[in-house]
Amino acid sequence: MQDTKTTNILMAGVGGQGVILASEIVAEAMLRAGYDVKKSEVHGMAQRGGSVTSHLRFGTKVYSPIIPDGEVDILFSFELLETLRYVHMLGAHPLIIVNNQKILPPSVIMGKDHYPDNIPDLLSQYCARVHLVSALDIARSAGNPKALNVAFVGALSRHIDIPESIWHDAIAAALPPKIVDLNIKAFTLARQNQ
Amino acid sequence: MKVLLSGNEAIARGAYEAGVRVAAAYPGTPSTEILETIVQYKDINAEWSVNEKVALEVALGAAIAGVRAMACMKHVGVNVAADPLMTASYTGITAGLVIVTADDPDMHSSQNEQDNRHYARFAKVPMLEPADSQEAKDFVKLAFEISERFDTPVFIRTTTRISHAKSIVEFAEPEHRELPHTIKPQFEKYVMLPRNARLRHPQVEERLKKLAAFADEFDRNELILQETDIGIIASGTCYQYAREAFPTKSFLKIAMAYPLPIKKIKYFAGLVDRLYVFEELDPFYEEQIKAMGIAVTGKDVFPVCGEFSPITAQNGIVGSRTHKPDVPSLPALPPRPPNMCPGCPHRGVFYILKQMKVFVSGDIGCYTLGGLPPLNAMHTCICMGASVSGALGIDKALGPNGLGKAVAVIGDSTFLHSGITGLLDIAYNKGTCTVIILDNRTTAMTGRQEHPGTGFTLQGQPTKQLNLPSLCAALGIDHVRVVNPYNLAEVAAALREEIERPEPSVIISQAPCVLHRREYNPPGTPFTVNASACIGCMACLQLGCPALVWHPAEKSGTASINSALCTGCTLCAQICKKEAIQAEA
Repeated sequence: MQDTKTTNILMAGVGGQGVILASEIVAEAMLRAGYDVKKSEVHGMAQRGGSVTSHLRFGTKVYSPIIPDGEVDILFSFELLETLRYVHMLGAHPLIIVNNQKILPPSVIMGKDHYPDNIPDLLSQYCARVHLVSALDIARSAGNPKALNVAFVGALSRHIDIPESIWHDAIAAALPPKIVDLNIKAFTLARQNQ
Repeated sequence: MKVLLSGNEAIARGAYEAGVRVAAAYPGTPSTEILETIVQYKDINAEWSVNEKVALEVALGAAIAGVRAMACMKHVGVNVAADPLMTASYTGITAGLVIVTADDPDMHSSQNEQDNRHYARFAKVPMLEPADSQEAKDFVKLAFEISERFDTPVFIRTTTRISHAKSIVEFAEPEHRELPHTIKPQFEKYVMLPRNARLRHPQVEERLKKLAAFADEFDRNELILQETDIGIIASGTCYQYAREAFPTKSFLKIAMAYPLPIKKIKYFAGLVDRLYVFEELDPFYEEQIKAMGIAVTGKDVFPVCGEFSPITAQNGIVGSRTHKPDVPSLPALPPRPPNMCPGCPHRGVFYILKQMKVFVSGDIGCYTLGGLPPLNAMHTCICMGASVSGALGIDKALGPNGLGKAVAVIGDSTFLHSGITGLLDIAYNKGTCTVIILDNRTTAMTGRQEHPGTGFTLQGQPTKQLNLPSLCAALGIDHVRVVNPYNLAEVAAALREEIERPEPSVIISQAPCVLHRREYNPPGTPFTVNASACIGCMACLQLGCPALVWHPAEKSGTASINSALCTGCTLCAQICKKEAIQAEA
């Protein structure tokens, strides 16, 4: 393999959306594709409903398990507001892939804070390439809204140049056998979605 | 075979490959997954211990009996285990003993960010510090070799970014080790009477000198000689950050955090123009290197507090990057803190405590979130068990004036870890405190581990189950009652009665965690708000339940319930004075 610059994917979302499992699948795919891979996240305090991030890096040789500020190549965000939290980490020619879903944080639920309007427009001020994906709809049409995270990985997979079969293998390695087919269906629908 | 493993998973694999027979731990972020992974290796007798002191003593006993043993804990767990640690250093071992300390710089899930490298120096035992998962696995094996060669316990120190970061690991075959058939007394080695301890201490000092010489030979303390204008000494994840920021400069990568390789450091210092030591938290290496008479830059340019990144190395050594991306400023973003789950059995208790305006002596667990808005009902959180003994201190300070003004709140697992002795002290020393034990039938915050109250072992095998009310009674508490935390009136009545009583009491709030796979049965029917009956008083919102949503309107507004999140716990319906909240039809 040729020496390649490290690619940095910052995954963001809300506890319960399956961010960590999605990052497991992407990391496993990159390992199978022959890259050095590192991935880092923080578990601990009851994370249900809290902000979740996973740093995923791959290339010929990866040192740090966390992405330095200003070096995110792909911001892969499962929730609209969470995307905004990390735009300061974007690198020089970034891509934002954002799931078109709003999950209201507690202070908004309580009526104390305002959920920002027009987030996709705001994002386009920071990044020339913003892809909006309706992963929940895709998961539903594949048969189960819980496949949202794997469907969303399908949208990411279009921007990573490895064979599709590796993705399927990585999904099969990460999930219980009985839900693999449904998840690959969700993955494929999102991958093909233009 | 190449696999992606977290540092914790790699340590578990390393224990298996090293032929470990006994592993003990109390769950604590970021160390928990070590034992959760070890359980798959059937040759290892693994246990959730009641606390870290017990875990280390179990492991030490096994090592004295002649099998390789490991104890794992988070950084603050070593404080609990410090008593056996300090003397295990004197006794040494028969077969290898490794202690894993998982530190948490930046306090992602901890109450402090103490630097446990100090424990190695304090206890005069060696410490290895892996820089990725492969090293985490390999260093476990090396640690056992060092332990047996030098007759000493050995620390492995990780930080969150090692414990919870995944990187590629290659497996090796497990070592076959003969098992002991019997145990023979060694009076002078293992009975630390003063006369024997006086004989052991000089041996500890001698051992330290030999370990220091070994550190200089140890090839995992690695010199990476490249451009010599800048030389950086670093270990663990800090090495990775600095190497990424300065890929062409020279490094001394420290694998053994204690004792340091003095000759290698002097040699390296002589080769480079400017020497830096890049270490998170305390200037542990820096002070020792300066004491060697070597000029080095460390905490003058790198922070003491918090976690590092490659940017920290960059900023400290060459200054901050000049170009900042020219981007518009963001609107203020609403925060998204962790919250108790919808249907959590703790929520109602904190709601009542807030209403009663009592001072809550708190503790460590999911329920510490009860201190955050809107519940705001926890007023101290220090360490495991401090709620109970702290409440006695408050009781003693305020005397009769304090009656009814303070309570202790502690979880079931935390109570068994460190609350029992405090409760005994309350009974013995004539306290009048009320202690609420939030018994959610699991160690919830670290991901639902078993403990003596659950009746199951780490392996999921049924075992002797602790009877909590009987234990409290046996400690000398005459007033022990069990309440259903989903019945607010019952909780409030019990609390009022017990806190006014001039005698000690325990209220056990008993209901399984909503994530408890074995015990939790969801009530099933989500609730809904009848918008025409809702007067917008926001009383229900004071529960801070993620399933409740406020819809502001011109003058007031209405609440609604997210049926996807609602568990049907009924708390909000109990609070609503207009009976606007009812089960979905």
